[in-house]
Amino acid sequence: MLKLNTDVLIIGAGPAGLAAALQLSESGVEDVIVVDRDKRGGGVPQLCNHLGFGVRDRHRVFSGPAYAKSYIKKIEKTGVKLLTETTVTELVDKKTVSITTPEGIKTIAAKAILLATGCRERPRTARLIPGYRPQGIYNTGSLQDFVHGFGRKVGNTAVIVGAELVSYSAIHTLHKGGCAVKLMTTEYDDHQIYAPYTPYKWWSADLLTKIPLEKNTVVSDIYGKKRVGGVELTNLKTGKKKKVDCDTLVLTGDWIPDHEIARSWGIKLDKKTKGPAVDGQFRTSKEGVFAAGNVLRGAEPGDIAAIEGKYAAMAVVSYLKTAEWRNSIVKIEVDDPLQWISPNVLETNGDKVLMNRFLFRVNDFVKDRALVIRQEENILFKKAFKKIGPNYSKEIRGDWVKKVSSTGNIKVTLD
Amino acid sequence: MQTSNMVYDVTVIGGGVVGGAIAKDLSQYDLNCVLVEAKADIGAGTSKANTAIWHTGFDAKTGSLEQKLLKRGYERLTDFVKEAGIPHEKTGAVLIAWNEDQYKSLNAILKKAHANGVTDVHLLTVEEIYELEPHVNKGALGGLMVPREYIICPFTVPLAYASQAVINGIDLKLNFPIETIAKSEDVYTLAGAGGEIRSRYVINAAGLNSDVIDALFGFDRFHVTPRRGELIVFDKLTRPLVNHVLLPIPTAITKGVLVSPTVFGNIMLGPTAEDLQDKEMTNTSEEGLKFLWKKGEGIISQLLDEEVTSTYAGLRAATEHSDYQIYSHPEKNYICVGGIRSTGLSSSLGIAEYVMGLLREAGVKLKEKDNFKTIKMPYIGQKDKRPYQTDELIKQNADYGRIVCHCERVTLAEIKNALHSPVPAKTLEGLRRRTRCMQGRCQGFHCSADIYEIFEKETGIVPMEASDAQA
Repeated sequence: MLKLNTDVLIIGAGPAGLAAALQLSESGVEDVIVVDRDKRGGGVPQLCNHLGFGVRDRHRVFSGPAYAKSYIKKIEKTGVKLLTETTVTELVDKKTVSITTPEGIKTIAAKAILLATGCRERPRTARLIPGYRPQGIYNTGSLQDFVHGFGRKVGNTAVIVGAELVSYSAIHTLHKGGCAVKLMTTEYDDHQIYAPYTPYKWWSADLLTKIPLEKNTVVSDIYGKKRVGGVELTNLKTGKKKKVDCDTLVLTGDWIPDHEIARSWGIKLDKKTKGPAVDGQFRTSKEGVFAAGNVLRGAEPGDIAAIEGKYAAMAVVSYLKTAEWRNSIVKIEVDDPLQWISPNVLETNGDKVLMNRFLFRVNDFVKDRALVIRQEENILFKKAFKKIGPNYSKEIRGDWVKKVSSTGNIKVTLD
Repeated sequence: MQTSNMVYDVTVIGGGVVGGAIAKDLSQYDLNCVLVEAKADIGAGTSKANTAIWHTGFDAKTGSLEQKLLKRGYERLTDFVKEAGIPHEKTGAVLIAWNEDQYKSLNAILKKAHANGVTDVHLLTVEEIYELEPHVNKGALGGLMVPREYIICPFTVPLAYASQAVINGIDLKLNFPIETIAKSEDVYTLAGAGGEIRSRYVINAAGLNSDVIDALFGFDRFHVTPRRGELIVFDKLTRPLVNHVLLPIPTAITKGVLVSPTVFGNIMLGPTAEDLQDKEMTNTSEEGLKFLWKKGEGIISQLLDEEVTSTYAGLRAATEHSDYQIYSHPEKNYICVGGIRSTGLSSSLGIAEYVMGLLREAGVKLKEKDNFKTIKMPYIGQKDKRPYQTDELIKQNADYGRIVCHCERVTLAEIKNALHSPVPAKTLEGLRRRTRCMQGRCQGFHCSADIYEIFEKETGIVPMEASDAQA
């Protein structure tokens, strides 16, 4: 069995993994291996055939595939090894993994590992939507793969579950694939598109296709044995049910981090994000293993994941130099209507929150609330928010971490 | 060679686990036989969607035909799973009493198990239960251990039977429902949407439709009421939570649901039990899933914090009778194998052997072939090594190192094999069942478009138009 040695192993060649690899290379780390289970590197943006990528990290607008390609091109100019069709199957020793490739089974021993495995949308089964199991049910991810990846016709009339950014991307993909969108549903009181993305909604749903949005509504049954023949909608407020004819159902959003590697290695997950719990330096509970990008909490736009990858790489560089790891941590806990916060642990002995920011989400529309961060009775941070809605991350600065003491978990609430 | 004048010696109606086992046993004899199946794949009815447990028969009615055939089926299956490489794990089963009624019934179950010859069944103390199953809820009063219950791959079993039958010369006709039966000069003509065949002897193993076929022979002695069982399958990361099959203790009021590991490494919760009229109603329901959720909370509440991978429903061929409905009519050259409710997987080889005996008694000459071939199935379980973990295999064929379905780690070579095997997949569902592709936690989010492409390229069948369900 072939054994490879490297300074840093990055698992996942999406925006976070590739941006991290570039940063490592620029910082003078010589041996960097990025592995990806797909045939090509580039991650999810490869299939997002629309504009809107790269604003925050590259300061220009790319389409998804162009964004992915430009990262790959940059990588090719460095000494970073990109191994595709390569699956990390298990951890065989502290920082040694076993990989399956078309050439056989090998091991990679690394000094540090970065998990950048991304996320996926929950399938119909995980959402416990009852009914038959016919063909014609997609997530946005598989839909894009069918339409953009293989040019397949997916159906004629679709119902889209979800009304957040990715749902509007599904409209675009269906439109391109020649499938009409009958309606969209959301369990919330309204759609979840916020500035600066509002024009995207006008363009894709309101002006272009005039798609009705069924609010406070869920899909409660799926008809059709061979092919989707329709769905039943239930209004959560009135309890009223109605049948809608369609041959295609697209389930968007409802992200879950691809945390399987992390969890099977015994890395502690954050209960709320379901991603690995990380501190301000992207360190997980396992020494030498970092995590960044959408594996931390589900989907953010590619550029945000890339920036996280870049900062995580800086943390990796300092670990390679000092071999210092986090010692004792305090957890950061959230309460409803807060959905999660990230980072979600802090090294008590003076954590540097490298990006000097925390991301958080809420699970409902809330108005005129103050986000308060407390440790025991001490208020460490407070900020008022006029209106916040679900499925979109808000940012707060991270200066307050200087006030954290070594005892007592940190509580974040919306008061 | 098959001609329109050809008359089969024996026709088996129904390509499920029972019909498959009968066909497999027939294929060792010098006979010209055919296995006909109404659906597009073997095992696509009750056999594909069940609780995947291989029972000892410890709780069957003592002295019943079911109990007798379960016992013999268990013995024969023990040899067959090894020979054919069928995924199985001897987890044993634990019955936990959560209330006084259940606790009181433990002794009766123990006595029955011993009477049925399953003499290793024994009582468990509360301490023993939590030692065996540390993650179940607090509050157990006592329990029973059935050491020789297995978990098994429910689909590889009928697939192995049918495949062995086919490589030993049995004809297999899919999409071949039998709608009319006529007889002249000792030869039956069986016809339906798929065409017509002629046969001297007919064995009815039509599962959910065994009563309909039986009626075509002029009988009205049992009626199949499809009993729907819905199930929830949890993520593979939950596998360490449960070590044994956690069987419910039936009481007068409720049958209860079980929690069980699967050979693929998931945890399964179910089934519900609901009598229906429609024999194709394999949909899950809001009430069913809610019911299971509540039941699961009562057994192992921490399981419900975990991700759900899959939900599905199957239909049991329940009749108004508690025992199997097996009848031989030598005067009619007909054997009926109906009402095989939920134990068919475990008893299938017992049933097949019994049916061979009935044929022999009826005067059918069963002369063994010289060159009867055994079969080895692709391994899709989690206990032993899979192709992606086997360096030698990848070195021979790089496609064993190309993982297409990442959740279940199914390689390109395994997918191609399943499309070109003795009983190949002709639908996407059939491919899923044979390889596990698209059956994992993402349910095809990553790989479905790739798999549609491979399927079409390898078979020439447009995947969107191929389905188990009749249009």
